[in-house]
Amino acid sequence: MLRLLAAAPDGLGVADLGNALGLAKTTVHGILRTLHQVGFVEQDHSGAHYHLSDAFGRLGESYLDPNELRSRAINWADSLASRSGEVVRVGRLVEGKVVVVHHVFRPDDSDQDLDVGTTLPPHACALGKAVLAFDTSGAARPRKLEAFTTRTIVDPTRLAEELASVRAREWAAEFEEHTVELAGIAAPIRGLGGLVVGAVGLTGRIERICDSRLRHRPDLVSMVRATAEAIGRDLREDN
Amino acid sequence: MAERYVAAVDQGTNSSRCILFDRRGRLVSVAQREHRQLFPRPGWVEHDAEEIWRNVTRVVPAAVRQIGAEPSQIVAIGITNQRETSLLWDRATGRPIGNAVVWQDTRTDRLVTELAGDEGPDRFQDLCGLPLTTYFSAPRLRWMLDHTPGLRQRAERGEVLFGTMETWLIWNFTGGANGGLHVTDVTNASRTMLMNIETLEWDDQLLEAFDVPRAVLPEIRPSSGVFATATEVLPGVRIGAALGDQQAALFGQTCFSAGEAKCTYGTGSFLLLHTGQEIVRSKHGMLTTVAYQIGDEPASYALEGSMAVTGSLVQWFRDGLGLIHTAAEIETLARTVEDNGGAYIVPAFSGLFAPHWRSEARGVIAGLTGYITKGHLARAVLEATGFQTLEVVDAMNADSGIALTALKVDGGMTANNLLMQFLADLLDVRVVRPMVTETVSLGAAYAAGLAVGYWPDLEGLRSNWHRAGQWLPHMDPARRETEYANWKAAVQRTFNWIRPDQ
Ligand SMILES: Nc1ncnc2c1ncn2[C@@H]1O[C@H](COP(=O)(O)OP(=O)(O)O)[C@@H](O)[C@H]1O
Ligand SMILES: [Mg+2]
Repeated sequence: MLRLLAAAPDGLGVADLGNALGLAKTTVHGILRTLHQVGFVEQDHSGAHYHLSDAFGRLGESYLDPNELRSRAINWADSLASRSGEVVRVGRLVEGKVVVVHHVFRPDDSDQDLDVGTTLPPHACALGKAVLAFDTSGAARPRKLEAFTTRTIVDPTRLAEELASVRAREWAAEFEEHTVELAGIAAPIRGLGGLVVGAVGLTGRIERICDSRLRHRPDLVSMVRATAEAIGRDLREDN
Repeated sequence: MAERYVAAVDQGTNSSRCILFDRRGRLVSVAQREHRQLFPRPGWVEHDAEEIWRNVTRVVPAAVRQIGAEPSQIVAIGITNQRETSLLWDRATGRPIGNAVVWQDTRTDRLVTELAGDEGPDRFQDLCGLPLTTYFSAPRLRWMLDHTPGLRQRAERGEVLFGTMETWLIWNFTGGANGGLHVTDVTNASRTMLMNIETLEWDDQLLEAFDVPRAVLPEIRPSSGVFATATEVLPGVRIGAALGDQQAALFGQTCFSAGEAKCTYGTGSFLLLHTGQEIVRSKHGMLTTVAYQIGDEPASYALEGSMAVTGSLVQWFRDGLGLIHTAAEIETLARTVEDNGGAYIVPAFSGLFAPHWRSEARGVIAGLTGYITKGHLARAVLEATGFQTLEVVDAMNADSGIALTALKVDGGMTANNLLMQFLADLLDVRVVRPMVTETVSLGAAYAAGLAVGYWPDLEGLRSNWHRAGQWLPHMDPARRETEYANWKAAVQRTFNWIRPDQ
């Protein structure tokens, strides 16, 4: 919660915090009250927004090292790639772009190149939507939505609705929004305190990722979600 | 019918893990616990064997619970372990006699020089394939017998048992003081300096030279084959394999034919080249070791290049210098600079292993100038692993007469992309990571699954191997040469640091 507040210079409301952390409003209230009492957070004049006191300036910096995220994700990402038969990537949001932190080849021994370090447009891929949905800094929300295919979401209102549904079900889908004939599934990775630190997802040809009615295959969705949960559990347990 | 799994128990230098694999060789759950590293004196490294067993009794059920499986869904246990780490325990009570003395421990340096005498450190090479150094178990066992009052007499009476970690675990899995089985496997036995590399039996000449009573030694078994049925932790489940961690990784990478090689990057790093059923004697500082033995088939052998300090240099950078918080952060720090700035770190913490085998060497940071920042040092830490690999690959190529064309890698350090790229650049070959980084555990699972018929044969296992990542060489050859020459000059500066009169 402190980190979320630190990353939001204009402060956040109770509902914002609750959504971002998956906590009930009453729980958020309780925690905020405590933090306020000990002087760690301050309220603005209206009382609707909370922000950090100066003591927490450093917490706004990204706290999970991307290479650490790869180290923790590697076993589970491998397992997801070999069970799904698809390409797996782990990404995180940096300055409005999704940066690929880890990439596992599709397990068919075909020629593939590692694309770790490259960036993806967050509004046009599952990986991006999975992190964007839980982003509260605002800075990461893309201003202009570039079209990559005719299916790319370019209308901000539609994107907001899409992200709300990602928040509600805890996974994100992609259907030809970035590349024609490709689909994807991704889920957020929740680190310490439930904070979303990145996402893990798979991409592949539509006929393998979706069923005959063009719905994302439930078995793949649960594999991706279980993978995100396993990585998150590793991250949280260690501290 | 419910899905069935093989459980691998990897008793490593830093932690003990249990990993469950399914029929396609895919990781389905992991549980892990670290144990304490005890440093009672400079150069000494110990583990508490009871703590290790306690950890094993926790991680195994935890891994089974993680996927909501029942113990009856586990078809076999495969054990793999840090090699050469030596322990004595009381047969009647099951209590360890002192701590386990770890493979990195150099307390036997004087003893080793004495034993080498006028004939030199290679005097037992023909019999056991290994040079006399502090690395192997026999000098350690001898030291323990010499330094504990009354122990030798008790050992001769058969009241004391010796084992490396797989022996300790199997003994405990099968009841400990209540009827525990006292056995080892050919790969672990091949690291003691007490086993004859041809007959695969304890060798009288070696036992005499090290003054070790035969009564303390376990029975030597094949690596893959049913050892026993566990009575503890997973009662009723068969123990189908035991093999040293590096041999297990070779097996897990499905290097089943002569000419196939892998390198595992963990605490230390170890390159093993399968040499078939042929015992190849190295002229360039490689070890001759048993790769595995499946049931009553003839054993397969390997040449090994051992690097003592690779991941542990990263750990030192983290814990000793405090410049990073986690091992992985070294990559972030290293990427803050373009190159090593002229600095080289040769981590001869416990002497230098392959291909030099210089126990009197100690580490240096060479090329230090006011220009060097912690970013350059982070690079130098990672590059040390690359340069050590290049030295080993050069020696291996010289021994085998064939040049390596690709390097199969695994282990914790393969999560480091900067290091993997540097390896490809420096070795000028493709570096390939398989779909399972925990190849040590996978190999133990494969060997155990074969023993109980969960997998029919080696060919089937090969088809499970898939490429998960690959790095291609890009470095300019001239730069590669200069860098390597600088490294070699730095290595020269580590020699003769410990002098006989000290
Ligand atoms: N991302 C990384 N970069 C560099 N070194 C790493 C990284 N992740 C882990 N390590 C190192 O790898 C070692 C752990 O790897 P592991 O295969 O578990 O080793 P072991 O089995 O020998 O205990 C540690 O020494 C650690 O410092
Ligand atoms: Mg290991």
